[in-house]
Amino acid sequence: MTINTIKDLLGAEVLCGSEHLENDVHSACGSDMMSDVLAYVKNQAVLLTGLVNAQVIRTAEMMDMMCVVFVRSKRPSPEMIELANECGIAVLTTPLRMYDACGILYSNGLRGNGESDV
Amino acid sequence: MNQMSEPLVFHFDVDGDNFTSAGQASVQVKKNLRQLGIDPETIRRVSIAMYEGEINMVIHARGGDADVIVSDGCIEIILADKGPGIANIEQAMQEGFSTAPDNIRSLGFGAGMGLPNMKRYTDEMQIDSVVGEGTTITMKVNY
Repeated sequence: MTINTIKDLLGAEVLCGSEHLENDVHSACGSDMMSDVLAYVKNQAVLLTGLVNAQVIRTAEMMDMMCVVFVRSKRPSPEMIELANECGIAVLTTPLRMYDACGILYSNGLRGNGESDV
Repeated sequence: MNQMSEPLVFHFDVDGDNFTSAGQASVQVKKNLRQLGIDPETIRRVSIAMYEGEINMVIHARGGDADVIVSDGCIEIILADKGPGIANIEQAMQEGFSTAPDNIRSLGFGAGMGLPNMKRYTDEMQIDSVVGEGTTITMKVNY
């Protein structure tokens, strides 16, 4: 699925990285705990989170993620957007809650594929 | 990548006063390793391990020094701080054990995954710590 499809499915607004919307993503994860993302996630292209700080973008960058989706209409600061732009990460915000946002993407075929092994 | 005649060393002062900036050194290392043409999986292992270590230095030790040494076949990460030290290293290595303050958890860290993650992503990890003096963590990733 493309990032653009995620945007449509979640009724999301694109805050940066609109040039990446046609990129394909194959898996996603949802977490507010960045250490868990760093521990258990492998090849997840999309991070859904309710946490809003610069470490979210840095965690996504460390994991080679392509897209961050903030749930419950949360909006990152201009500094976070700038960091995401530098890292080439698309940032979206959706009014949906975490459970609903993850469920919609999952039921449309975007799976987790979470692995604990490096 | 090309054979290196001598190791490349990247040094960073990790600012311990500002959680928002924590991780900047790791982001920079990731860029540097990309420019050197290191393979993406190695880059990811190095940058995640260093990022967790950098976060730890900011949370627990008010910052410190980070050095990354890139040699043929091995990347070494040395994180040195003058923080409180680790009283019980075995306990600190257990997943879920954390001494981070509650406000750190609301920032997405402090779940007791930092040191286990660092060990998971590296080939070697050594912790030298003296209570009241500081901690030096040396990690190696072979590639």
